[in-house]
Amino acid sequence: MIVQLNEIETAVNQFLDQAFSPDLSLIEWRQRLVAAGWAAPSWPEDCFGRGFTAEQTAVVDRVFKTRRIVGAAQVGPRRLAAETLLVHGSVDQKNRYLPSILTGEHSWCQLFSEPGSGSDLAGAATKAERSGDQWIVNGQKVWNTSAHHADFGILVARTDWDLPKHQGLSYFLIDMRQPGVEVRPLKQMNGHASFNEVFLTDAVVRQDDLVGGEGHGWAVATTTLSIERQGFARGRNPRATHSAPAQGRVYDEEAKELEIDNEPYTWYPQREGRPDLVFERARETGAISDAAVRQEMAKLVCLSEAAKISARFVAAHRKLGNGEVLPAGSIGKLGASVIARQAAQVHTMISGTDAMLSGSGSPMDGVIAETLISVPAISIAGGTDEIQRNIIAERVLGMPKEQRQDTGPFRDIPRNIS
Amino acid sequence: MQETFTEDQLQFREVVRKFLHDKSPMSAVRQLQETESGYDAEVWRSLGQDLGLPGTHLPEAYGGLGYGPIELGIILEEMGRTLYGGPFLSSAVLAGYATSLFAEEASRQVLIPDISSGILRVALVLDSLSCPELVGKTLTVDAADRLTGRAEIVIDALSADELHVIADSPNGLGLYRVSPSAEEVTLYARESIDLTRKLSSVLFDHAPVERLGQVDAGGLQRFWDLACVALSHEMIGGAGALLESTVEYTKIRVQFGRPIGSFQALKHRCADLLMALEFAKAATYQAAFSLAVDDNPGFVASMAKAMASDCFMETARAAIQLRGGLGFTWEDDTHLFFKRAKCDEVLLGLPHVHRERMIQQMEGNDRAA
Repeated sequence: MIVQLNEIETAVNQFLDQAFSPDLSLIEWRQRLVAAGWAAPSWPEDCFGRGFTAEQTAVVDRVFKTRRIVGAAQVGPRRLAAETLLVHGSVDQKNRYLPSILTGEHSWCQLFSEPGSGSDLAGAATKAERSGDQWIVNGQKVWNTSAHHADFGILVARTDWDLPKHQGLSYFLIDMRQPGVEVRPLKQMNGHASFNEVFLTDAVVRQDDLVGGEGHGWAVATTTLSIERQGFARGRNPRATHSAPAQGRVYDEEAKELEIDNEPYTWYPQREGRPDLVFERARETGAISDAAVRQEMAKLVCLSEAAKISARFVAAHRKLGNGEVLPAGSIGKLGASVIARQAAQVHTMISGTDAMLSGSGSPMDGVIAETLISVPAISIAGGTDEIQRNIIAERVLGMPKEQRQDTGPFRDIPRNIS
Repeated sequence: MQETFTEDQLQFREVVRKFLHDKSPMSAVRQLQETESGYDAEVWRSLGQDLGLPGTHLPEAYGGLGYGPIELGIILEEMGRTLYGGPFLSSAVLAGYATSLFAEEASRQVLIPDISSGILRVALVLDSLSCPELVGKTLTVDAADRLTGRAEIVIDALSADELHVIADSPNGLGLYRVSPSAEEVTLYARESIDLTRKLSSVLFDHAPVERLGQVDAGGLQRFWDLACVALSHEMIGGAGALLESTVEYTKIRVQFGRPIGSFQALKHRCADLLMALEFAKAATYQAAFSLAVDDNPGFVASMAKAMASDCFMETARAAIQLRGGLGFTWEDDTHLFFKRAKCDEVLLGLPHVHRERMIQQMEGNDRAA
């Protein structure tokens, strides 16, 4: 086993010298990466990785970056699927699905939310019934990023209606390329269509694509959600972390892949309110001389600086091994919403009547307009502010939970009429 | 720059917390606020002579403990939690910083040891508690070294052994020493909404002074920043204690057959308060860490003062509201914190003044860059 960081560097370089060529196809190159264990070195050794620590993995990443080498596919919901399978998947499932996730041959989507269950995810009413050696699925899912080009989905569906809600759920891997799956784009208020609705009508799931066993869907889904939330808490949307552009087939194909994978996320910086543009805009328009604008700008700076400092403190605290003091994720997420709203308000004050305009003839080529109409998303996506406040109040402050109305058999619980 | 508190600093906090818990319970605070001096002389003696707390931030060479704004902040945060009413802010923080920044060597050697031990209680007389630019506009020393003018609000002047005054003079701003018993000095108590912090007015009519040192504009700003960061710690301490007691109250108060803390309307308000507190603490601690190494002090000090002021007031408003009618009674302790919050909010510059300064600092940095 390689332990020394410099040995790792040497080994990666040797491998790249022998195996990499910019003229390979993207898939071909990544197949070599997977076979050699360099596609995901932090993964376990029996799962196409090398069991590397974060520090060791960083060495590999640095070599790839310095040499402008194309790495494994990692943008989009495929990461959620892969990391969930690492925890809960069977050996067979890992072998069947992980390599093609790493090579980018197959893309994935998440089929969790439903029109009738948003914050209350465990209230999912999509039905999966066993029929011979397969499952038949009926229901509707929503907010499915990348579902329109996904090959597979991670699916939460109800397999038992007589048990309490959390106990009747199961977690499946579903083939999206089948007649029972219909994907329709869902247009948002900002004009983008980053998500889809997915209609499942007698869709078929193989018996061996059940993850974690029948009735254990909630535990598996919780893993996926915590992976997703870690992304939010780090303030990092799934964006490209890849090589700088260079000449060759492998680079061209990667650029195409990234264009498709990143398309749903182009407006994500705008939903954060673009506080980074405030000073520039205030100076450009002269609004910086307005005392009321200056006050609101300063409030924005207070919030965004304090959020950054607070995150640094949490990281420093963690580094000392002092454990978690707070659910930093929930406070950080709530903070991001407040910051985004304040930034949107400041941008409105700065732009004045120009805030009515959008598109290429509007401030910053439409970026300000897109900001103003994208910010409402941030306090909803990944858990609403109201749910975050409940989490903070109950788990940090220890305030009493409300009495639940949904503890009996699922079929008796009031739910939305679809 | 420090990234978080050290093990020593955490232990220091425990020592201070235990001392105040034992020596300054709320029952004592309530009793002492009815007295003229507002504090217990024995507790002050022990705090100074046993623990040396008033000299925490003052140089070791003069008998201080030689620590800085971080350790001083820890003390003030703990004092803010208990509404400790002794002359710590007036004598240790304001007069202590002024002496160490402005007094000349000989005076420092005389004054700092006694300020550090608490034996000498000094009230710092400023003719403006709003912003440093207005300091020295009404208090002036003439060529014959006589001080004339009026300071409307001075903290702890009536119980002080000495008055130190920042006043203008033919040689520019200076720090002066005046005896409160001189017949050219008139002191009278002012009614304060916060009874735990005693206020008075001071009039000087050609009072004889001893010049302690020169005060330059940069030094005065530095003094103001240090004082603001110390005061911010007091405010986050008060806000933290108040949020804790409020949350505890919502867990035990029952209405409509359930603890009121189980209602989302109250949970959400408390969650928002916790976020505001975490952010105000982040800004305040960061300000202390930055001041300790003199990194961008003006910006961080103003950010801390603005955020801590707003956080303490918002917490105090909510603390009363969430207790319902009880919160508006004299018997309940909440109003004591509310009143401290209101006074701290306006002391050393209102939040909007500090926000304006933040933007000026950012513009300044931008031009420099």
